[in-house]
Amino acid sequence: MSECGSCSACPSSSQLDRMGLDVGKYDYVVALAGNPNTGKSSVFNALTGLRQHTGNWPGKTVTRAQGGYKFNGHRYKLVDLPGTYSLLSAAQDEEIARNFILFGRPDCTVVVTDATCLERNLNLALQVLEISSRVVVCVNLMDEAKRKGIQIDARALGRDLGVPIVLTSARTGDGLDALLVAIEQVVTGKVELHPHRVLRDGPFQRAVAELVPMVEEVAPGLPNARWVAMRLLDGDHRVRQALLSGELTEIASAQKVYEEKIPMTIAQGGRE
Amino acid sequence: MSEPTNPVDALLDRAQDLRQTLGGNFRDELVEAIYTDAQAIADRASVKSDSGRLDFDQRIDRLLTAPMLGLPLMLLMLGGVFWLTIAGANVPSQMLMSGLFWVEGAGSRLFEHLGAPWWLTGFVWHGVYRALAWVIAVMLPPMAIFFPMFTMLEDLGYLPRVAFNLDRLFSKAGAHGKQVLTMSMGFGCNAAGVIACRTIDSPRERLIAILTNNFVPCNGRWPTLILLATVFIAAAFPPEVASVAAAGSVAMVAVIGVLFTLVLSAILSRTVLKGTPSAFTLELPPYRRPSVVRILYTSLIDRTMFVLWRAIVFSAPAGGLIWLLANITISGHSLAFYLTDWLDPLGHAIGLDGVIVLAFFIAIPANEIVVPTILMLYLGNTMMTEELSSSSSWRSLFVGEHDWTLLTAVNLMLFSLLHNPCSTTIYTMWKETGSAKWTAFGALMPLAVGLVVTFTIAQVWYLFT
Repeated sequence: MSECGSCSACPSSSQLDRMGLDVGKYDYVVALAGNPNTGKSSVFNALTGLRQHTGNWPGKTVTRAQGGYKFNGHRYKLVDLPGTYSLLSAAQDEEIARNFILFGRPDCTVVVTDATCLERNLNLALQVLEISSRVVVCVNLMDEAKRKGIQIDARALGRDLGVPIVLTSARTGDGLDALLVAIEQVVTGKVELHPHRVLRDGPFQRAVAELVPMVEEVAPGLPNARWVAMRLLDGDHRVRQALLSGELTEIASAQKVYEEKIPMTIAQGGRE
Repeated sequence: MSEPTNPVDALLDRAQDLRQTLGGNFRDELVEAIYTDAQAIADRASVKSDSGRLDFDQRIDRLLTAPMLGLPLMLLMLGGVFWLTIAGANVPSQMLMSGLFWVEGAGSRLFEHLGAPWWLTGFVWHGVYRALAWVIAVMLPPMAIFFPMFTMLEDLGYLPRVAFNLDRLFSKAGAHGKQVLTMSMGFGCNAAGVIACRTIDSPRERLIAILTNNFVPCNGRWPTLILLATVFIAAAFPPEVASVAAAGSVAMVAVIGVLFTLVLSAILSRTVLKGTPSAFTLELPPYRRPSVVRILYTSLIDRTMFVLWRAIVFSAPAGGLIWLLANITISGHSLAFYLTDWLDPLGHAIGLDGVIVLAFFIAIPANEIVVPTILMLYLGNTMMTEELSSSSSWRSLFVGEHDWTLLTAVNLMLFSLLHNPCSTTIYTMWKETGSAKWTAFGALMPLAVGLVVTFTIAQVWYLFT
């Protein structure tokens, strides 16, 4: 990662204004997702200036925490999601993460991954890419990877995933400037995204492609028609029910349905 | 919504058709594609050179999670933390006490000098202020030592190793492996531990974890345990090993708590909450060098001040209430006298006394104030708090004036471990389970266990003495 000599002279870091809990009005919503214990909370704290409790053990963040920061004149709301290995199961923490990525309409989802075990972490990143295109993959814990003699080829990773890749060590602050720039480029549409899709061809991809326009007709403006199509093909009864009862259509029409309901105090202390 | 050419129906029908032609294994296909791609991409993007440092983590792990050595090492570490806490907290506690009680004396004299009515002086200084002073003096020093050490172990990455060591026992009890982690959080705060149970997928296992979380002592109860160990257990041993014995007894209470967690989980999972434990993967995170600033911040601001503030908030009104109970008299006796007199038979049956039982009632909002409440109820109207600033003077108060025995100390420690959760935890249980029935069960079951255990010990004790 770029090692810049003089932090004070660096333009990007001087333009970061940590707003802490004072989110107020914001221009963009950024979600932080990732496997447990990859340092999401460290990234969150570094960007917002908050001190959500970080701990070296999986499953610390159970609910979402949110904070804000200002960068290059734009105001961002940052939402720290619970760590999860997969978006496909029914555990409550995973559901919170998935629902937010799907229906919280984040302008960008940052998938925080652990550089020391990239393969397992990519499973989640690929699942997020499957349901969302505006993604930045943050390969965190680079300091630890270095210690273990692991090198990450960010360009190769970027080519494969088709979204911006940033290498960081959130605890020391390395690479966070690049992360801010990458997020900015994604939310403002300044970077072309070709998200990797695991279902590239074959009957499954064709089936999804056929259903997507039909979903869009039923629920125009739904942020994630592709996911709904996939769930229908998987025979998910709850999605069927949600379509029949009109719940999904409501989500599509309502503005910011998943607007923050959890008290700010959680973000403050990481606890209730 | 029931027109003949409803687009929703069309969509659902088409999806159903496609599902049948595809054979219905969409999800397997997707998961497999994801795994294959993740492996290929990770292989291309990461290069690993051989280095000796990796083995270092593994070597430590082999030691700390060894089948025979893991648990004893864990106990040793726990005991060490308690020993440092007990040995280190004594002197600052005494200094705080004499300082704070000097203020009480000076404040009440000032009020008298200004001609304030006696009940105002009493309520403010000997009620509200005194409870605050007790809570701060008794709780602050041990917490300021215990929490940084606990946070450091957490930051290092030791807690998941604890979970790993205990996992086998928990799966035998029919509980989820993650319950070890929620239990560990309970050592900090039971309400936080109950919230953490959300990470357990299976509703059955989540309920077990929620209901049994209270069996491990939380921040609010450590000071009670540490204090009793210092005053009673340590005094029963020669001075050279006194603090070690005290630390050992606190560690033993923690172990008893874990045992009760296991036993009750096993009973629950074999009776009302039957089922097989589900599998889970536990990641052993790498050891990380803890950052000193963050440890100090987390442990002192997030934990110590949080707990102390809670104790202060609850102790001030409790102090006022106790003073009123001790000073409102009906036909020659105070309200506190009637209450404790009425509770005395129950207290005696479980090896305690009426004052202690009353203290546990008053301390329902916060376990932190059990010992300060007992002290205030015992002292009643006496102003002589300045003399109570060493553990030997506490002993003479408890043993000399209120007939405490080793049974009282042991049963008080056990009852402090095994009784109803604090009101915050009960409220959290209700929010997490959404069921009044399970909340009531979670609140009363530990109390019943505590009553049975202390009653049995007391009856056996009375039999032999």
